Amino acid sequence: MKVTIDGIEIDVPKGTTILQAARMIGPEVAPPTMCYYSKLKTSGGYCRTCLVKVTKGSAQNPNPMPKPVASCRTEVMEGMEVQNITSPEILEARKGVVEFLLINHPLDCPVCDQAGECKLQDLGYEHGAAKTRYEFKRREYEMIDIGDKIKLHMNRCILCYRCVKTAEQITNGRVHGVVHRGDAAEISTYIEQAIDNDFSGNVIDVCPVGALTDRTFRFKSRVWFTKPVDAHCKCDKCSGKVRLWMKGDDVLRVTARKDQWDEVEEFICNTCRFDRKKVSDWVIEGPSPISRQSVISQNHYNHLNELKVQVLKQQKALGFMDINKRP
Amino acid sequence: MGRKLLIHNDKVPNIHTLEVYRAHGGYASVEKALKTMTPDQVTDEVKKSGLRGRGGAGFPTGMKWSFLAKPEGVPRFLVCNADESEPGTFKDRYLMEKIPHALIEGMITSSYALGANQSYIYIRGEYFYVARILEQAIREAYAAGWLGKNILGTNYSLDLSVQVGGGAYICGEETALLESLEGKRGNPRIKPPFPAVAGLWGCPTVVNNVETIAAVCPIVMMGGEEYAKIGIGKSTGTKLISASGHINKPGVYEIELGVPVEEFIYSEEYCGGIRNGKKLKAVVAGGSSVPILPTELILKTAKGEHRLMTYESLADGGFQTGTMLGSGGFIVMDEDTSIVKNLFTFTRFYHHESCGQCSPCREGTGWMEKILKKFLNGTATEVDVDLLWDVQSKIEGKTICPLGEAAAWPVAAAIRHFKHEFLEIARNKKFVDISHYERLNAIKA
Ligand SMILES: Cc1cc2nc3c(=O)[nH]c(=O)nc-3n(C[C@H](O)[C@H](O)[C@H](O)COP(=O)(O)O)c2cc1C
Ligand code: SF4
Ligand code: SF4
Ligand code: SF4
Ligand code: FES
Repeated sequence: MKVTIDGIEIDVPKGTTILQAARMIGPEVAPPTMCYYSKLKTSGGYCRTCLVKVTKGSAQNPNPMPKPVASCRTEVMEGMEVQNITSPEILEARKGVVEFLLINHPLDCPVCDQAGECKLQDLGYEHGAAKTRYEFKRREYEMIDIGDKIKLHMNRCILCYRCVKTAEQITNGRVHGVVHRGDAAEISTYIEQAIDNDFSGNVIDVCPVGALTDRTFRFKSRVWFTKPVDAHCKCDKCSGKVRLWMKGDDVLRVTARKDQWDEVEEFICNTCRFDRKKVSDWVIEGPSPISRQSVISQNHYNHLNELKVQVLKQQKALGFMDINKRP
Repeated sequence: MGRKLLIHNDKVPNIHTLEVYRAHGGYASVEKALKTMTPDQVTDEVKKSGLRGRGGAGFPTGMKWSFLAKPEGVPRFLVCNADESEPGTFKDRYLMEKIPHALIEGMITSSYALGANQSYIYIRGEYFYVARILEQAIREAYAAGWLGKNILGTNYSLDLSVQVGGGAYICGEETALLESLEGKRGNPRIKPPFPAVAGLWGCPTVVNNVETIAAVCPIVMMGGEEYAKIGIGKSTGTKLISASGHINKPGVYEIELGVPVEEFIYSEEYCGGIRNGKKLKAVVAGGSSVPILPTELILKTAKGEHRLMTYESLADGGFQTGTMLGSGGFIVMDEDTSIVKNLFTFTRFYHHESCGQCSPCREGTGWMEKILKKFLNGTATEVDVDLLWDVQSKIEGKTICPLGEAAAWPVAAAIRHFKHEFLEIARNKKFVDISHYERLNAIKA
């Protein structure tokens, strides 16, 4: 299918979203994403930073779409024409979304473990206004420990639902993710129940902001003083392919490897993430590449696949259908 | 006197019972449809009738029905939206409370047309006593063989259940309603897919408003063409209007679409004029989310024509000078009304009801409420009017579901038509009496 984004034409397979097509063209025209995550089913649609304007619906129906659409949840049509950075209207709308994301955000970057690798910082820098127009008291919550390894700092949460989807899809058997509604909505502490799961630590990696952080790393160092190196180990739970954040000879933190779009390449298990903190635990491959694009490989994922199958089975049992798939 | 098709029997004693309802011609549409028509013929009559959804959006019902996917071996569902939570709208409650069998009859006839063997009425939690009335009526219908297996000896079977919601406005949005009906948190779904393809439990589903479904009975009885003769142009048939505010006779009125707005407000047959001899100031014509219009624009269009109670006439002039028929929640305000205070009430409501899924609505609705609060407590400045305008424009059209618009439109319209009131408050640092909110908060706390 041929689709044109900001004047650049590209041929993509059916079922590709506008966002994926834009990413294929390149980072210049790819809309920013705060909630979409290609590795998580049904993610996206919430934050609205990826809004684009469809100026021509398709060759068959050339009418423009009446409202901006979330590029991460809209599939391309043959002959579709889309404007992202070439639409002043979209840039204005995005500025609005960024402002909304920030009005209740503490912006305590100096004491935030995410600083330096925070998507909201990047977004605010690129699309935000210099000065806030919000004069009211910001929302505040108590910090919550989710088990002894993960910290939830709800003040910083942008309700992107990524951790919710991760807990639902990668770890098994979690139903509730958010309690309360509107601007009182909170990531629920039921998440605690997922902690005994081997893959719960992945919620830290998917969180675009400093709302979910690694307690074993908290305040140890600013990210930019650590050196990322790729390493692997033989792990019976996950692929064992990780990124070590080193200071001298110390492993301060272990995370999954992330690609060009800041998405994890492969989810890793909690043992690798939290317990293997000695250099001798790892085979060092070398400095991490700045950005890399890859898809989850199928190897070493028996455990994970099993979980996914379980989730699917559950959904089937309850009679749910994958809402992404149309019959 | 206009013709009435839905609530003409509302004053008949015991019309809520099956016996009396039947004695007044009730369930005739089920008999006619099941015994003499195919499901497609019923759908065709609804198409011919020009009936448009009475829940707010006014989408042609026959067309919606014909979009329903019909894959082999997959059940289909009809879900009645009885969540009625839009401030100013209370017509569905009236219908269900007075003549519950009218809805049940409509559900059977419509379910037959759609090939649904299980249907649901999703009703807001605050209407628990209405849910009891419906449940009692459903029991009667089962006992008399109007529901259950092989209705009227045909091979058509239908089960009908009432599901009570938790009392959230957002569960009136059809996909949030379906989530809630499935037992989940009432968050609107991201569309597509639309319910017609993947609705309840992933199966093809039609969601219709109470009044829409009840209107199917007279359509089947009189025929779509006859029904289409009532009304004007694409606004066919009769419509229930919930009239409230500073009028002499608030209540639910069934009108033939096409009644002039002026007649509706001032005639003895309907609202009976503004109470206490006051002058009309403004009207919110279709439920709290539609744009407010000042007297001169609600009685006449910008072109100087009489404004009529139809989808088209009320929308004439777009949002610059027009509004919408919406759900028919007709709120009348007299000359003493503070538009700013009224807007605060609406905005507070939408803030409270936002589900919080998408950033513009989650954050923007609360921000607008806070800015409006400044107008009430005398701390607003002129800049706040522009800020308010800008915030609503950053919400409108950028959200997952139309609640974002529902919150933004009233703000935009109030500023568009009554900017002077905002400015006057800001310049004179006037206080607006908000003692009743404080009393309300005290009660809550
Ligand atoms: C926030 C929101 C609340 C709504 N509430 C109701 C409601 O209470 N009742 C209703 O019938 N439709 C409501 N709707 C409209 C429904 O989504 C849907 O369009 C309607 O039920 C379709 O029925 P109709 O075609 O018969 O009008 C609401 C929509 C939104 C966005
Ligand atoms: S989450 Fe990002 S923007 Fe927020 S305080 Fe942390 S680093 Fe700063
Ligand atoms: S905690 Fe992080 S991942 Fe979870 S919803 Fe909030 S911002 Fe998103
Ligand atoms: S517009 Fe508001 S109510 Fe609708 S999905 Fe977004 S946050 Fe929820
Ligand atoms: S990334 Fe598309 S809406 Fe958030």
